[in-house]
Amino acid sequence: VKRFSGGLFDSIANAIVSLALLWLLLRAGLGFWDWAITRASFDATSAEQCARSGGACWAFIGDRWRLILFGPYPYAEQWRPALALILFIALIAASFAPATWRARRRVRTLAVAWSVGVPLMGLLMWGGMPGLPPVPSRLWGGLPLTVMLASVGVALAFILAVLLALGRVSEMPVLRWLSTLYIEFFRGVPLIALLFLAAVMFPYLVPPEWTMDTLLRAQLAFALFFAAYMAEAIRGGLQAIPRGQYLAAESLGMGYWQSRTRIILPQALRTVIPSLVNIFIAAFKDTSLVVVISMLDLLGAANASTAQAQWWGLYIEPYLFIAVIYLAFCSAMSAYSRGLERRLGVGLR
Amino acid sequence: MDSIQRTWKRPGVRALVWQALAIALVAASVLWLHANITGNLARRDLDIDFGFLRAGASFEFGENLIGHRAGDSFLSAFGAGLANTVLVAIVGIALTTVVATVLALMRLSPNRLARNIAAAWIELVRNTPLLLQLLFWHQLVIRQLPGPRQAWELLPDVFLSNRGLYFPAAIAQPAFGHAALAFVIGAGLAIAASRLLPEGRRRLAWLALMVPPLIVLAVQAEPIEITRPALRGFNFQGGISLSPEFVALVIALTVYQAAFMAETLRSGILGVPKGQQEAAASLGLGRTATLRLVIFPQALRIVIPPVTSQYLSLTKNSSLAVVIGYPDLVRVSSVTISETGRAIECITILLLVYLSLSLTTAFLMNLYNRRVMARGGDTR
Repeated sequence: VKRFSGGLFDSIANAIVSLALLWLLLRAGLGFWDWAITRASFDATSAEQCARSGGACWAFIGDRWRLILFGPYPYAEQWRPALALILFIALIAASFAPATWRARRRVRTLAVAWSVGVPLMGLLMWGGMPGLPPVPSRLWGGLPLTVMLASVGVALAFILAVLLALGRVSEMPVLRWLSTLYIEFFRGVPLIALLFLAAVMFPYLVPPEWTMDTLLRAQLAFALFFAAYMAEAIRGGLQAIPRGQYLAAESLGMGYWQSRTRIILPQALRTVIPSLVNIFIAAFKDTSLVVVISMLDLLGAANASTAQAQWWGLYIEPYLFIAVIYLAFCSAMSAYSRGLERRLGVGLR
Repeated sequence: MDSIQRTWKRPGVRALVWQALAIALVAASVLWLHANITGNLARRDLDIDFGFLRAGASFEFGENLIGHRAGDSFLSAFGAGLANTVLVAIVGIALTTVVATVLALMRLSPNRLARNIAAAWIELVRNTPLLLQLLFWHQLVIRQLPGPRQAWELLPDVFLSNRGLYFPAAIAQPAFGHAALAFVIGAGLAIAASRLLPEGRRRLAWLALMVPPLIVLAVQAEPIEITRPALRGFNFQGGISLSPEFVALVIALTVYQAAFMAETLRSGILGVPKGQQEAAASLGLGRTATLRLVIFPQALRIVIPPVTSQYLSLTKNSSLAVVIGYPDLVRVSSVTISETGRAIECITILLLVYLSLSLTTAFLMNLYNRRVMARGGDTR
């Protein structure tokens, strides 16, 4: 069976399929063009005015894009989350670029950059210095919140996940059972239920003097949830390491932690980076669930952006706007993951 | 001192100590949580008591399968929520499987245009959040579909409007319940028969599935009455209706999960060794016969584990229903929490129900998986 022969018109059946698909594409494309460009309003002042021309209401995005991107963060201070976000993306991009890891010097520079960058981002977001009025975390929102929930959640989850994965393949039955129990529990319940737990039940679980804001609780719920999925991915990597590596480490006289941190984990983690990136993509999309505990992440802010009477009733424009943002982030990450998979595959062979 | 060191060096001893430590740690945190919960409850003059489930709930939902009404117990409300969750999951799983198969075949089609369209669609769907898609479909259904008067008649007597999907149904009578019971018995008979019958006659076993319910219906059923939706005033009356929320939820779940499942199916089909195809071709099998007899059965074995977890994730993802107000289990819990304040009890129920749904499905699929493996053996 020739699956990838490629032609569009090399047989009659194929030609019919091609023509039908071309016609559909053309119709969809023209329809979209008509809505998004020809009949769109770019300078209307209300949804009603937009409705008269019957096309997209881009004037709304022009008016509200900052609310969607930054949520309730004080308008005059929105350059701060914007700067923090750019800084963060630059750091992440530098950390994951294969070129960085080729030279030890670059890795050291990167470590310094992170240790300066993280406090700086915190300072930008919270403020509290002369010239930077304080902004409490309940006013954070939009894209910076989405990126933060996903990244901090996944970073915390990663540490826990390594321990859980080691526990799950451990020779000690008690550790194995406990890790399995944890993993199966968190993989068996929906994230929404955990967010409810974090929002509603949390105050009962801790001493009354512990007051955590909703942001921190949601962050914790994300970390605990994604740790279970990451642990399973890492376990796959651990089990793919040839037994000879374990034996070799042992015969060199290495103890458990030494062999794990120097021999086993570096190899195991390397092979599972693509699946970890995929989990990060899932986390990035799933942070949108915080709207159920009324936080204004990118999706929450987009929902809130039409609350004013003047723009009431619009939904395609804000959703399309944030869909493009999600798409850009997730496609970039999945392209990276695929590229890495190819490189790793080549390296291993 | 020396002997202590030597003892510590023995792996058995060390393992014992670590495990004892782990147990102690877990026990300590459980005790700590327990102390916190009892302390916090006492301070607020509350207790943990599932007895509230028997009290009457003041709310009811637009749609429910088990006939929950306002004033019925909270237990029946939870039952209605669970039934709605299960209904969405079953309909979603069935539709997802169909759509995913079509997408996967498009991805593998000899036509480049079909391949690229499917690939672009899958990329688009997989890289945007499910919740965003759900909200979009919900808005689209309630804003863009015509009102009941201009409803689309998809099939005779099946209407889709911004009030939901209306279709005709037979009015329930006791015989239906008995027939369902007979169907279960028939299924048992069919399994037994397929074990007993010789290889070539296995198909006869399906008769055993059909016969008992048909007998029950023939003996017991009164003339079947059908209720059809008809426009009366501002909305349809009669028939069975599915709310716009249900329609939006099923569309969103199907579109989203099918994109993921299509990739699984595709890699399953590509995962069948090339030699199998060549062998089939050299035996003179055509393209369709090769797919049906050689490729699909082997691909099935590869995809069962990942497809199982995708069915499970669909079921768990149906909990997003709460955001658009579809009365699923999560929504019932959150409404009950706000009505009774029993957060701990409700969330415990919620977690336990999802956990048992997940674990049961995983268990059943493992059984099935083991059977398929055993029957085919490892052909590679």
